[in-house]
Amino acid sequence: MPFSAQPPASGERYALSASLDNARHLSSLLRAVHFQDHATCLATASGLRVTVEDAKCIQANAFIQAEIFQEFSIQEESVMFRISLSVLLDCLTIFGTSSLPGTSTALRMCYRGYGYPLMLFLEEGGVVTVCKINTQEPDELLDFDFCSTKVVNKIILQSEGLREAFAELDMTSDVLQITMSPDKPYFRLSTFGNAGSAHLDYPRDSDLMEAFHCSQTQTNRYKISLLKPSTKALALSCKVSIRTDAQGFLSLQYMIRNEDGQICFVEYYCCPDENITEAEL
Amino acid sequence: LSRIGDELYLEPTESGLSLRAVNSSRSAFASFLFAPLFFQLYEPGSAGPDTELFRCKVHMKPLLGVFRSLPSLEKSVWKCLILLKPRASRLVLQLHCKYGVTKTHNLAFQECERLQAVFDTQRCASRLCVTARVLAEAVVHFPPTLAEVTLGTGPGGKISLRNYVEDEAEPSKTMVTELWLAEDEFQSVAVAPGSHITFCLKEFRGLLSFAEASNLPLTIHFDEPGRPVIFTLDDTVLEVHLVLATLSDLQSNSQSPSTNGVSHLPAPSDDFADDLESYMAAMETSEGCSEGPPSPTFPLHTPRPAKSKPEEEEEEEEEEGAVPGTPPPKKFRSLFFGSVMTPGRPGPATAQEVLAEDSDGE
Repeated sequence: MPFSAQPPASGERYALSASLDNARHLSSLLRAVHFQDHATCLATASGLRVTVEDAKCIQANAFIQAEIFQEFSIQEESVMFRISLSVLLDCLTIFGTSSLPGTSTALRMCYRGYGYPLMLFLEEGGVVTVCKINTQEPDELLDFDFCSTKVVNKIILQSEGLREAFAELDMTSDVLQITMSPDKPYFRLSTFGNAGSAHLDYPRDSDLMEAFHCSQTQTNRYKISLLKPSTKALALSCKVSIRTDAQGFLSLQYMIRNEDGQICFVEYYCCPDENITEAEL
Repeated sequence: LSRIGDELYLEPTESGLSLRAVNSSRSAFASFLFAPLFFQLYEPGSAGPDTELFRCKVHMKPLLGVFRSLPSLEKSVWKCLILLKPRASRLVLQLHCKYGVTKTHNLAFQECERLQAVFDTQRCASRLCVTARVLAEAVVHFPPTLAEVTLGTGPGGKISLRNYVEDEAEPSKTMVTELWLAEDEFQSVAVAPGSHITFCLKEFRGLLSFAEASNLPLTIHFDEPGRPVIFTLDDTVLEVHLVLATLSDLQSNSQSPSTNGVSHLPAPSDDFADDLESYMAAMETSEGCSEGPPSPTFPLHTPRPAKSKPEEEEEEEEEEGAVPGTPPPKKFRSLFFGSVMTPGRPGPATAQEVLAEDSDGE
């Protein structure tokens, strides 16, 4: 439903202005990275990237490319600000979170520039809400220096096979141990909880395995509390790629198809846990 | 079994895998015996000449976590492998799921003594056989929080279910729900007239749900108040027993265990108001009952090396000698747990005299 109310006054230049017919295309993705209150937004000509970090160990990025928007115009090379993700999500879902077919909230987003608040115009069924969210100085973001050339092991799995596993992870375990290997057990997720250990093995010839490129046996442990929020992204996605580099840094990339069939990506980067002890088998 | 206790006792035997649980006050015991035929493969291991077959107990919660979601288990798991590894102190549960995925759980276990309540269905004066559905439909009338219920036999072969009301409760503030089932609702009825027992409904509900789901008829063996009630489910590959202690009836005059439970409670009539009043009156006359020792209750005989007896049970044995004039607190007597001498299935008790007081001094 085309958004017609409150167009920006002529003569005003907005550093960023974008329109989206269905705000859910943005809100569902943002929810997949919502494990901290604040996020850093970076807008470039390619689209919007929203980054959330925690404990200097984990970083999640939600990418909404420009093509998803009905209108996406940016006057500067890049625009970056820090904003309360909780408030942003509350505003985007101000008309409620239930997704009734046929109804959707239309969104217009405007940002005048450095120091200005982010303006949101939301409309559903003729009712308009205007939100003004303060922006802050963006933080320095972690650079995991994770590039495809440094990847040691990579697998691509259908998300369906991992969803239940992640939802049922033994949270009494401090760590999630990931083993990737060209030999058995190929791909293994392990937890070491109060009652004992649990291992989830995925063979390389499983129907769920879309790609299997493991050159070296690697076993790395990650703090389970940091990875657990990625379950939301997993739930939305249809495929996930799991990659590790020589230092054990983990990259999880989720391919998400929205209601209109468009593809978006969410990725999580995680440092290995420093207290490495002998894995209990 | 998790409705009964926090720990699951696993005992592989020649006749099948036995899973058992007991509650903390030892007034409820349940066992599920899965015959070897239930499994695709069953290897109980072998007992040496001096050693018994290995057994252990695990915590219920993590075990329940392994089998968390039944619907998804049915859809995705095609095989489950259970291994007991004594040397590694681990119970291994390996689920083989679709897409070639394998879930392996290594649970810590503790070695334990044999858990066996002594009970004998042959010595029960009364027996009822009913489909689980009939009982489930009856029980639905009682609030989910109701602790105890009284099962009784009435004129014309009718069976009653009534919520148990404590003596201390004020009649004007309590609600009594009573339900009568005709004889023909049961598959078989062989009861001593005028008998009744009071047991814990909460602990029974777990078994009732299982019976409903598995569509097996339930048999209830009971005797006098104070003697345990035994619920059984039988199948070609599964034998289930639930033994619950029942409230003993201090004003009952029957001293010997094998009578037909002549009770001094008024026989239930069709006149509800009279019935209730006289029932209440009977409960109140527990004072002044000074003849002889009260109805026998079960001592707890723990096998050597003795596990620490629960506090409560020591007190109970003192109470038996206490002045009968004081109204009994509403405690269930502990069940009798037999010695571990004889391995074998739960079944008819050995020659042990059930009424023997614990020879240990209190």
